[in-house]
Amino acid sequence: MSEFVYHGEVRNEPDSETCSDSEWTDYVFNRSGIPAVKKEWWCHTPSNIWFIAERDTAKDHVLRTYLYGEGS
Amino acid sequence: MPLRLIRYALSSKHHEPRMFTTHDRMKSSYDVVIIGAGGHGLAAAYYLARDHGITNVAVLERGYIGGGNTGRNTTIIRSNYLTPEGVKFYDASVNLWKDLSAEFDLNLFYSTRGHYTLAHTDSAVRTMRWRAEVNKHYGVDSELVGPDHVKKACPQIDLSCAGHAPILGALYHAPGAIARHDAVAWGYGKGADMRGVEIHQQTEVQGLDIQGGKIVGVNTSRGYISTGKVLSAVAGFTPRVTAMAGFRTPIFVHPLQAMVSEPIKPWLDPILVSGSLHIYISQTARGELVMGASLDPYELHSTRSTLDFTESLSAHMLEMFPFLSHVKVVRQWSGMADMTPDFAPIMGKTPVEGLYLDAGWGTWGFKATPISGKTMAHTVAKDEPHPLITGFSLQRFADFALTGEKGAASVGH
Ligand SMILES: Cc1cc2nc3c(=O)[nH]c(=O)nc-3n(C[C@H](O)[C@H](O)[C@H](O)COP(=O)(O)OP(=O)(O)OC[C@H]3O[C@@H](n4cnc5c(N)ncnc54)[C@H](O)[C@@H]3O)c2cc1C
Repeated sequence: MSEFVYHGEVRNEPDSETCSDSEWTDYVFNRSGIPAVKKEWWCHTPSNIWFIAERDTAKDHVLRTYLYGEGS
Repeated sequence: MPLRLIRYALSSKHHEPRMFTTHDRMKSSYDVVIIGAGGHGLAAAYYLARDHGITNVAVLERGYIGGGNTGRNTTIIRSNYLTPEGVKFYDASVNLWKDLSAEFDLNLFYSTRGHYTLAHTDSAVRTMRWRAEVNKHYGVDSELVGPDHVKKACPQIDLSCAGHAPILGALYHAPGAIARHDAVAWGYGKGADMRGVEIHQQTEVQGLDIQGGKIVGVNTSRGYISTGKVLSAVAGFTPRVTAMAGFRTPIFVHPLQAMVSEPIKPWLDPILVSGSLHIYISQTARGELVMGASLDPYELHSTRSTLDFTESLSAHMLEMFPFLSHVKVVRQWSGMADMTPDFAPIMGKTPVEGLYLDAGWGTWGFKATPISGKTMAHTVAKDEPHPLITGFSLQRFADFALTGEKGAASVGH
């Protein structure tokens, strides 16, 4: 379990200069808590490689993994 | 069986009443619909009926009564939290707990044991001292004690924890208790049922009917019900219900696992928690050791168990209690914990009129069952939050006014 460490869903940070307060609080606090196929940050600790995994959070099935910028 | 008892068995005058009424069909409308027949939903139904005279209420449950986190938790009850909001709220709950067995005429096996949160580092000692001061300020029995106090209450403990993490002190909370988890749900359910509330099991809420920002009904697996008020008390299913309602919350779901040993001779009176070793343990009236650890490290909407959990928990358990090496683990299980960023619940009104939320109970909500039922019943009946829960509103995130309970809520549930 500790070979790979989960770092949360991939989320796009809104531009803090131009976004509204509610967009900002939504980004800071709110999460998509429902079960779904999600893009997540993971880290392979022995090599310290960060990558993205597409995982079904209901079944715990990893569907795809790729480096940031390489996937679609 | 003594003969004089047989006549009761044979006589129809002395039949054992059923715990709950079975209703063949649902009505087409109710004053209040409660989603989730866990302890929280049933307690809210009970207090709505008992304290507010609102009895035209349906509690809808997709599975069976108490089959969610209520029936999966390790039943630690305490009030030595960190924030004033938390301490006052959980203390009110402990006070309700003490009378419940008599109120329900049902033995909840409520057992006051004393609760130690062990400190293995200087910074942990500092947090304990802080908690003790906040607790005492609000009249809660709580103090910082030395390792000798722990050793006296539990002579079997290895205070050095195999030399890895010596115990420097502990936060001692004399009112700390455990109780029979299912019985709590049954007691509240029976009390609500007796007062006219309908409990419908095997009935899943699949959609919310919202018109002009107001709740007008719910779609269920057994048909449509119209209602002006809905209370969601669904713990690990909360994000699915708020998605039906069309708003977002900070709640995220990770599994929390636990396990239990074979029954052994009673030796452990208090409840012990160690944040550093990620373990907590108590012994039930039947002699089983109930043990748990920290939250699983990633999001998952499933109640699967893992060997990793059993292995690492057992290893830490043996550091503290080497003599347990021959004791067998007989069961393990897991529940879906609805976590919040500040380790405080989310309770009260929502952006949808008539929809109320009782959620964000994560790994700590069993102890809150009585007081959350009572305060949510008030909130639903009066359409305004009970004074004890204003610090737990969903709005606190937008206001950047969090209620930080992490120092008192993680690991030690
Ligand atoms: C392993 C473990 C250990 C824990 N230990 C402790 C502890 O020591 N002390 C403590 O205070 N807390 C502890 N907790 C937390 C505690 O168990 C929960 O916070 C508490 O039981 C929540 O109760 P509830 O009634 O809100 O939810 P639940 O008991 O989960 O009830 C919710 C119900 O809603 C139903 N439901 C969901 N969706 C729908 C739908 N759409 N339609 C109809 N019904 C639906 C579910 O089937 C479920 O029965 C622990 C939790 C776990 C998992």
